[in-house]
Amino acid sequence: MQIYLPIADIPVNVFLVLAMGLAVGFISGMFGVGGGFLMTPLLIFIGVQPAVAVASVTTHVAASSFSGAIAYWRRNAIDVTLALTLLAGGIVGSAAGVALFTWLRALDQLDLMIGLSYVTLLSVVGVLMVGESARAIIRSRQGKRAELRRPGSHVWFHGLPLKLRFKRSKVYVSAIPVLAIGFIIGFLGAVMGIGGGFLLVPMLIYLMRVPTATVIGTSMVLTFLTMVSATVLHAATNHLVDAVLALILMIGGVIGAQFGAHAGQRIRGEWLRLLLGLLVLAVGLRFAGQLVLRPDDLYSIRLIGGGP
Amino acid sequence: MRYALAVALVVAGFLADPVPAAAERLVASLTNHRVMITSNYTGVELVLFGTVERDGVGVARGPYDIVATVIGPRDSLRTRRKQRVLGIWVNTSARTFIDPPSYLAVLASRPLDAITSADNQRRLQLGIADTPLPELINNDIGEVSNDPFRVALVRLLRERGLYSEEPNAVTFLTPTLFRAAISLPAQVPIGNYIVDVKLFADGNLIAHTDSAFEIVKVGFEQFVVDAAREHGLLYGLATAMMALLTGWIASVAFRRD
Repeated sequence: MQIYLPIADIPVNVFLVLAMGLAVGFISGMFGVGGGFLMTPLLIFIGVQPAVAVASVTTHVAASSFSGAIAYWRRNAIDVTLALTLLAGGIVGSAAGVALFTWLRALDQLDLMIGLSYVTLLSVVGVLMVGESARAIIRSRQGKRAELRRPGSHVWFHGLPLKLRFKRSKVYVSAIPVLAIGFIIGFLGAVMGIGGGFLLVPMLIYLMRVPTATVIGTSMVLTFLTMVSATVLHAATNHLVDAVLALILMIGGVIGAQFGAHAGQRIRGEWLRLLLGLLVLAVGLRFAGQLVLRPDDLYSIRLIGGGP
Repeated sequence: MRYALAVALVVAGFLADPVPAAAERLVASLTNHRVMITSNYTGVELVLFGTVERDGVGVARGPYDIVATVIGPRDSLRTRRKQRVLGIWVNTSARTFIDPPSYLAVLASRPLDAITSADNQRRLQLGIADTPLPELINNDIGEVSNDPFRVALVRLLRERGLYSEEPNAVTFLTPTLFRAAISLPAQVPIGNYIVDVKLFADGNLIAHTDSAFEIVKVGFEQFVVDAAREHGLLYGLATAMMALLTGWIASVAFRRD
């Protein structure tokens, strides 16, 4: 069944988009990430212009992370102070990201920027995750226990001024690095159409020493808040959010996420991280290929008027 | 006044023998003048039909040839070229085309070269190759017919089904009655379209007429577009609310504890 997308200006098959939502939702539920980094490339692949894809995926990620956040809220696994501090940085980051997005689009370099950020970010994160989880798997094979949180380890930026006590997470650190992390996540989210959960979770665990118990719930809250603000900003400045596309995606996404979360609980943590790392790496390599290999067509056209 | 002129022309027609210019009249219409984009829109096909009316005074010529040109709304475009920079492919150069037609279909009853001379094609701007596509070159508007950017623009638009040239699209059902199908793919832009129909005989243009149709979004689709364009902030807030609502419904529906 074909349906015409009013903003993207193309007809798409509803069941195809719904299936994409389900599949990405399954993965996002399984690994506790938003799934924007998979959804945006998929939409571009089926013919949605990159700019519309990025803007509409922010809405989809807002929905799926909101349903996740509610679930964690019920389990009392959210550090509200931490989420709000991250958000303060995140909103500024989103605004900066949307501004850069608008500027790059005018310069004909938006596609390149989206491609380059995907390659760099996904390859680096993918390699780190694969390496870390492989080491954890080897360690557990040898019968040693993995140590994620070394008490007493203190990094220089923990000592910066503006110290804040994050009660639920039981950490007492400077607000500056937390704001900076929020800024980075908000910025990348707006430019790349990703929630940034796959970046935020490791950053909070390894850099800020936040315990795993509150990390995922807190990251979900932040993701949904930044994605909501990115949706509003994209809609208000670039007019590129396709509500029909977003709705189909989010219906598939929230259903898929439930089954994914169920499946995720049956797999051990380090194997889950290894799988996610490989997935992230694969998407990164796919983008790298696009940039490095000679494109089929050296020419492309873009409307200057209202359309992207 | 107009009536008097018409009488004068008719009288002149009787006096000067024969007057070819007044011998044929071209009448053409479309099956539909308003294409509405609804949620199940996947493109549409319009039929152009028409007839050649002879006034019975002049010498009937023939066989006739028809060239129908469908021109969509105009909008400026940028054609960009990628080049390898530091190992990656980057858009390095671009040309702006000033208001080329977003849709251009040239439908003819025979190949254009068989219908009329190359000179006539150029003069009447018949066919894609002779359609002016002015571009911006160093703040000057110019026309370069074999510019690689222009060639690429036409090729890309042809690949998308937006530009086409079909030498056998117009069929004569009788020596004077013709029809042609105009196929509009789903991605054609909305707006006003002009259909220009030219009648040729023995390589000469002897009559022409035009018709028009419009493609509009209606109902929900138009509402969404208007909302997004004119009330971006409200639209964004509404979309965000929709996301939150969907997320909340999902968390309630799948609640397990």
